[in-house]
Amino acid sequence: MDRTTSKPIADDLIRPLFQTSIWFYAIMLASGTVVACGFAAWGYQIWNGIGVSGKRWPTFWALYLTNFVFWIGISHAGTLISAILRLVNAGWRRPVTRCAEVITVFALSIGALFPIIHLGRPWLAFWLFPYPSDRDIWPNFRSPLAWDFFAINTYLTGSLLFLLLPMIPDFALVRDRSTGLRRRIYGTLALGWRGTSKEWNRLESAMQIMAIAILPVAVSVHTIVSFDFSMANVPMWHSTIFGPYFVAGAIFSGIAALILAMAALRKALHLEKYLLPLHFDNLGKLLLLMSILWGYFVFAERLTVWYGNEPHEMAVFWATQRGAYAPFYWTMVICNFVIPLGLLANPYTRNITGCVIASCGVVVGMWLERFLIVVPSLTHKQLPYSWGTYEPTPVELTIMAATFAGMILLYTLFAKFVPIISIWELKAGLPSRLDPATLSEERLLSTRLDTEEFGPELSMPRGKQ
Amino acid sequence: MKAVYGLYNDPHVAQQAVDNLRAAGVADADITVISSEPFDHFEFGHRDAKTAMPWVAVAAGAAGLVLTYYLLGAGQRAWPLVTSGMPIVPLWSNLIIIFEMTMLSAILATVVYLFAATGLPGRAGKMYDPEVSDGYILVGVEDPKDPARLEPALAIAGGRVKKVES
Repeated sequence: MDRTTSKPIADDLIRPLFQTSIWFYAIMLASGTVVACGFAAWGYQIWNGIGVSGKRWPTFWALYLTNFVFWIGISHAGTLISAILRLVNAGWRRPVTRCAEVITVFALSIGALFPIIHLGRPWLAFWLFPYPSDRDIWPNFRSPLAWDFFAINTYLTGSLLFLLLPMIPDFALVRDRSTGLRRRIYGTLALGWRGTSKEWNRLESAMQIMAIAILPVAVSVHTIVSFDFSMANVPMWHSTIFGPYFVAGAIFSGIAALILAMAALRKALHLEKYLLPLHFDNLGKLLLLMSILWGYFVFAERLTVWYGNEPHEMAVFWATQRGAYAPFYWTMVICNFVIPLGLLANPYTRNITGCVIASCGVVVGMWLERFLIVVPSLTHKQLPYSWGTYEPTPVELTIMAATFAGMILLYTLFAKFVPIISIWELKAGLPSRLDPATLSEERLLSTRLDTEEFGPELSMPRGKQ
Repeated sequence: MKAVYGLYNDPHVAQQAVDNLRAAGVADADITVISSEPFDHFEFGHRDAKTAMPWVAVAAGAAGLVLTYYLLGAGQRAWPLVTSGMPIVPLWSNLIIIFEMTMLSAILATVVYLFAATGLPGRAGKMYDPEVSDGYILVGVEDPKDPARLEPALAIAGGRVKKVES
């Protein structure tokens, strides 16, 4: 065991920071154009008023709130999954965590934009903030929207720190291998990190504590987002199951987004040696589990409504089962349940391609689920005089497309300037770095199997540490 | 800063260098080990492992809890809002904000403690060698009283000894 085992890893993972392919510029141009269109559409909405969106009485929560819930759900890809895997000491997490944590930070930031876009007058967004004012308006802390403010900001702050702290040693590594302006920038970002035993011990302790703290925060965030709905007396919203149902859905869509991001990174940055089929297999199993859990929640929710047979709830129920929203509903069921079950339950199709196809389905299906929660209930309120229709306008659709492009843009930029896999964590998890006394016979065997397949030292052990 | 240190490409040799320095009479607190990754399964990786960080996080969380409880209550009493028959200071819904602020306090305190304990940001005037980023492990002593006496302790198989005199 010597430095020759770890230097190639650092070289490999830093390479994208120093070399830029034509694809980087192509992605920047394409996604940047869509983002620019999104800003133009938002500007158009600000200039002409919120009426240019499709929001009409009684559907005042529409595509913007659908996307808000969707992106907050996607944000559960990162910090939550990373924290769980860190706490259970899953060795295979090491190449995955940073890819996941980045999704959280960007998805949360994008999600948090939607309430501001939804306001119509974004310059008054500060009215949402809980601060004592001389307008004699004090925020109502009993409002779920005030809870959102606290939950999302806590999760965003925690996730940002959870992402940034382990990046410091990698910034130091890039600093030492750079020259000129790049060296100065990464030197500043590295905060003077040297890598003393004390620094490593404190960093690992901090990560452990933050993992413990951030887990309940992550669960609370989507529970509180679900309270935005379940605290309202609207058909099919006022449900006690919404908290866990939303959390399960968020983790579900988060894992799907993570698989898609990992597959794209693996291909684009040639990370085949680090993002192994094993990682997709493990995440595929998690996705399968969440798909079954999601199916269970949907069944429990629908059965309770159907059995209760409340007229105003049944109006929404039938609108989604065989009415105007039925095509969306059944597409959602196919995308979220049938496709993942078919592809991921079978070990032969639970490969990278299978996981990517299932994940594409889940992302589409979960977006539809958010839409089906928001819109049909608002268009079918208790009394028929308050029924209405909703049709998204090009402004809303453009802004929505821009957020997806924005995610791609931000993620690509991040992968260009920061090692997308935590180098020090990956090196620390190499089989040769682990204490042989703690390795089980099965683990040693699996390590050898991986070594045969992927080359010495660059392989990750199969299974947990 | 004056320093004498060795660079090793094998953690076993680095551990030997640490043991040699101790045998040469250097106090544990004066020995610096720098690496580009944590070495949890070597004794030198466990030096300075004891920390009050978990207790600081718990204390900060508790402080955040108490502070938010009182701030929320005080704010709600100062600007009383009647909302659908709920009490002016409703504990059920306040618990959500109290919980978030408790966790945020614990997280922020952890990060502040991390920076305070490690002296980050800033490494000016401290012993360091960029070769650490290539995978070498640095074992050395800052401001040694007698550098010449320590060089043999560091000059072991596979190690390169360097001196800094500035």
